[in-house]
Amino acid sequence: MISIFQTYWQALLYSDGYRVTGLAMTLWLLVISCGIGFCLAVPLAVLRNARNPLLWFPVWLYTFLFRGTPLYVQLLLIYTGIYGLDFIHNTAPFNEFFRQGLNCTILSFALNTGAYTTEIFAGSIKETSHGEVDAGLAMGMSRFTLYRRIIIPSALRRALPVYSNEVILMLHATTLAFTATVPDILKVANDAYSATYDPFDCFGVAALIYLCVSFGLIFLFRRAERHFLAYLRP
Amino acid sequence: MFNLAGYGQQIFNGTVTTIELSVLSLLVSFVLGLFGASAKLAKSRVLRGIGTVYTTIIRGVLMLLIFYSLQIWLNDLSDYLDSFQNRIDFEFPLDPFTSGVITLGFIYGAYFTETFRGAFLAVPKGQLEAARAFGMRPMQVFRRILFPQMMRYALPGIGNNWQVILKATALVSLIGLSDVVKAAQAAGEATFRTFFFISVAGLVYLVLTTISNGVLLLLERKYAVGVRKAAL
Repeated sequence: MISIFQTYWQALLYSDGYRVTGLAMTLWLLVISCGIGFCLAVPLAVLRNARNPLLWFPVWLYTFLFRGTPLYVQLLLIYTGIYGLDFIHNTAPFNEFFRQGLNCTILSFALNTGAYTTEIFAGSIKETSHGEVDAGLAMGMSRFTLYRRIIIPSALRRALPVYSNEVILMLHATTLAFTATVPDILKVANDAYSATYDPFDCFGVAALIYLCVSFGLIFLFRRAERHFLAYLRP
Repeated sequence: MFNLAGYGQQIFNGTVTTIELSVLSLLVSFVLGLFGASAKLAKSRVLRGIGTVYTTIIRGVLMLLIFYSLQIWLNDLSDYLDSFQNRIDFEFPLDPFTSGVITLGFIYGAYFTETFRGAFLAVPKGQLEAARAFGMRPMQVFRRILFPQMMRYALPGIGNNWQVILKATALVSLIGLSDVVKAAQAAGEATFRTFFFISVAGLVYLVLTTISNGVLLLLERKYAVGVRKAAL
């Protein structure tokens, strides 16, 4: 295992000399897709709880579609399916965008995690205690201010433990990226395997790296929970 | 619009394969989960250690990675056993389907272990003691008292795991199983309508997850029989 790491450490960690690979690529995929997903999820979660069906129904449909199908199918749809459409092929900016495996991967990951995150946040917005809302209204806050100052900050805090699960699951899902030719850790390990025929060591090294990232993320989320949920501690 | 161009039969067969694969993986992981949970709750330190290592490693490392490496190991094992085949009459079946069932079952067994552990702990201890006092053997206690009550607590977790397994079967097409995704890909490549056919595959999954949601609701109602809800 050490010899594999000695040969491939550069590719496994940050670059194979031409492009970003391995750990750096995996983390980039994770950060950008969770970032986009998060930004998507906050407004959608508010809409998901709206009373007007014209507002909540599209959001419900989005989460239903993306949570009901496997991520791999979504990735295939965006990576091979959309690029096969004539309309996309003939429009220069779309053609440029969907030709890159990395763009397609990020798009599908962001949409997928966005759907799950929307449901998580929507659930936690729904659980906001009515006393807090009443107090905000009594202070004369407008609906927008109420959401900005009271509901969203408190909902995001309470969603943190569940959200951390979603991020870990997203880390697990990033391994799918290699099917769209994105050189993440698994791709490098697979290449090392094809060169050495030593599955235990090659995949073992990759497993250790993933284990470290998982534990690092869990540690960070623990810290965040201790900070943001301090008011819930006995 | 909904023209499957003669690939309907293939996609249907793929769907059947997907369902078979998920059900078998569910069974394997269910049984593994029961064993794992018993090991993690056992008095013996060795058993607890084995259970903890199993769940920590599987849940900390990624599914696809385990998938690939287990697949390759299983292939090596199969080659190894094949080398005996001339001497003893023994066929070792290791097609993508079997290895898919083994790997998925092994991975989700770890998740089921955690689900069942929580559920076992949720059954009141007095009930088990009462059962022992009646003179039931451990197996009888498990079958008559522990299991039926544990199921009620475990059902939401089982439902979640089932949905995840169902969606994870899509990955088995990566190692060459002709499931619904593979059939859709083949049809799409042949007809140059990839978008349409992969959407069909997505639709199949959507239908399957929706149906299983309904079934789970019914099951939850069945296992909650005789439980009094707090009137709020």
